[in-house]
Amino acid sequence: MSVILLIEQVLNGLQSGVMLFLMAAGLTLIFGVMGLINLAHGSLYMVGAFAAAAVAGATGSFVLALIASLVAAAAAGAVVELTVIRRLYDRDHLDQVLATFALILIFSEGTRWLFGSFPLFLDIPDALAGPVMLPGGIQYPLYRLVIIGVGLLVAIGLFQLIARTRIGIRIRAGESDREMIAALGVDISKLYTIVFALGAALAGLAGALVGAIQSVQVGMGEPVLILAFVVIVIGGIGSIKGALVGALLVGLTDTLGGVLLPGFFATFMEASAATALGSSLASMSIYILMAGVLIFRPTGLYGSR
Amino acid sequence: MKFKSLMLAAGLAAAGSLALADGHAGKVKVGMITTLSGGGAGLGIDVRDGFMLAAKMAGNDNLEVVIEDDQRKPEIAVQLADKMIQSEKVDVMTGIIWSNLAMAVVPAATAQGKFYLSPNAGPSALAGKGCHPLYFNVAWQNDNLHEAAGAYANDAGYKNTFILAPNYPAGQDALTGYKRMYGGALAGEIYTKLGQTDYAAEIAQIRASGADSVFFFLPGGMGISFLKQYAGSGVDLPVVGPAFSFDQGILQAVGEAALGVKNTSQWNKDIDNAANKAFVEAFQAEYGRLPSLYASQGYDTANLLLSAMAKADVSDADAFRAALAAAEFDSVRGDFAFGSNQHPVQDFYVREVIKEGDVFTNKIIGASLTDHGDAYAADCSY
Repeated sequence: MSVILLIEQVLNGLQSGVMLFLMAAGLTLIFGVMGLINLAHGSLYMVGAFAAAAVAGATGSFVLALIASLVAAAAAGAVVELTVIRRLYDRDHLDQVLATFALILIFSEGTRWLFGSFPLFLDIPDALAGPVMLPGGIQYPLYRLVIIGVGLLVAIGLFQLIARTRIGIRIRAGESDREMIAALGVDISKLYTIVFALGAALAGLAGALVGAIQSVQVGMGEPVLILAFVVIVIGGIGSIKGALVGALLVGLTDTLGGVLLPGFFATFMEASAATALGSSLASMSIYILMAGVLIFRPTGLYGSR
Repeated sequence: MKFKSLMLAAGLAAAGSLALADGHAGKVKVGMITTLSGGGAGLGIDVRDGFMLAAKMAGNDNLEVVIEDDQRKPEIAVQLADKMIQSEKVDVMTGIIWSNLAMAVVPAATAQGKFYLSPNAGPSALAGKGCHPLYFNVAWQNDNLHEAAGAYANDAGYKNTFILAPNYPAGQDALTGYKRMYGGALAGEIYTKLGQTDYAAEIAQIRASGADSVFFFLPGGMGISFLKQYAGSGVDLPVVGPAFSFDQGILQAVGEAALGVKNTSQWNKDIDNAANKAFVEAFQAEYGRLPSLYASQGYDTANLLLSAMAKADVSDADAFRAALAAAEFDSVRGDFAFGSNQHPVQDFYVREVIKEGDVFTNKIIGASLTDHGDAYAADCSY
């Protein structure tokens, strides 16, 4: 395993980590502030990707596509919050899981009805296509570097929003005592809609950014959703900082586990058996990480409750 | 959805009149279980459309089809199969796309005396020791297209290939099939996660491995992701794969990244015979899109069934089986025959992805294997 390959894999892990963060941030905010388990978060990711693909197909502009993904996902989130989710805050988690699972099916079939069953085309813009040479002779796709940059910028923006702005103060207050801030005269239902739309917009942005290098198809959100849940459990439910650290940990473990474990077993096993065993263990690695974290910190790394 | 409910209504109405008709001389009721919703729906829709097109073109009133959606879930496929066998009383079953669903449904259906014609899945377990006189595969045994890719790699002079596939039975069959024919060395062999969408780590390993070519089997969305990321990575080794990742349904989503890639298939729309020309034209006229590999398989499945119906009554199982095994229909692939295990013996071609106007499609550039059966036929005895 050369150093160059290792650095490249660390970059890959970072890139998948920051994309997970965009998903997990919304999920953890929604759970933290409203106490809602939202299985339909993956559908909002899909909405973002489809909106981006449709707008990119019609206009040819990637920037417009990204804006469309933000707007479409936020709008879908706000509509869903106003019509369905709002009725679920006082129900127990099982009802929430059932209702949001129904939303997944509605979103999936609705998307199929609108766009058909075949995957859509969304490509990275020409300006960002191809590899760049990094110091040390590492050839790395430019677009992935941009994704890492965008993800980190969004993370910084989100921290500033939570820490410095009035809406952020309200979100934090809502997390710690929602009855009290309602009693203090904050319009709590408006706050909930805003938080939900914000989470949805982040998921939609992730869908559009990732959709350009993966396939834009119905059901693309669910595998990511599972990882995002792992992230927020590791990071501690409700904590943005936890979501960031958890996402990077999961991204790096997933990527490096897949690369290093088969190589590790190959040092003392026959090649194809090592590949099979290593790949199987690698796909378990993030769950092992989650179990390990929960043994030592049952509320997650930064969880308070 | 509308189409499905129409078909269902037609099927139910037919079932009603059937009960009155007392017996069903010459009639055949087909139960099609296929994937019409969820991630892999494009494949099932193509098989269904190909099948129904052939049925429509034949205009045979004795053929009735009931269509149900398995949602790519084995437990749902099993429920649907039970329902079709017990309450719909179908004679012939078909439609399943995925090998794991086929394994859940086919042995039970054939054990209950139903014919099963596979339009896609061809797991090795059903081709060798698990073969059954009532089971026919009209597409290929799972290893076939990969064997063809291995044979092409030899012809192209590749000596050091990097191979990857998802870690599930069909993925393992794929790499086994490729290695069965490929004569060179392996620069690396990776099993990826099923459903994986990011291949940056694997592409980095390919770059570092010193390979001279890449073979991959990543069906559906996995292949789209891999090809787009591969094209953006700056690695420019030649890529070979089975037709699944370069089929009509997904090529448009891959775009430029697929141009020039060689892939192996038993069918392409430019195979020069009358049956294929008629199929390609009729499919475009009926559905407004180019037919895919899966559509061609659905179409051949229906025509095989119709050819048997012309010769024998399905209630005489031995005669009907002999009529199916004779395979006297005009396949869109040209020559088509069944081997001793009732899996196809057919030619495999090498295709190249090209652009026709605005549409990405394939053209045949050569033959890979001719009159090729499968490696499991010897293990099959009835």
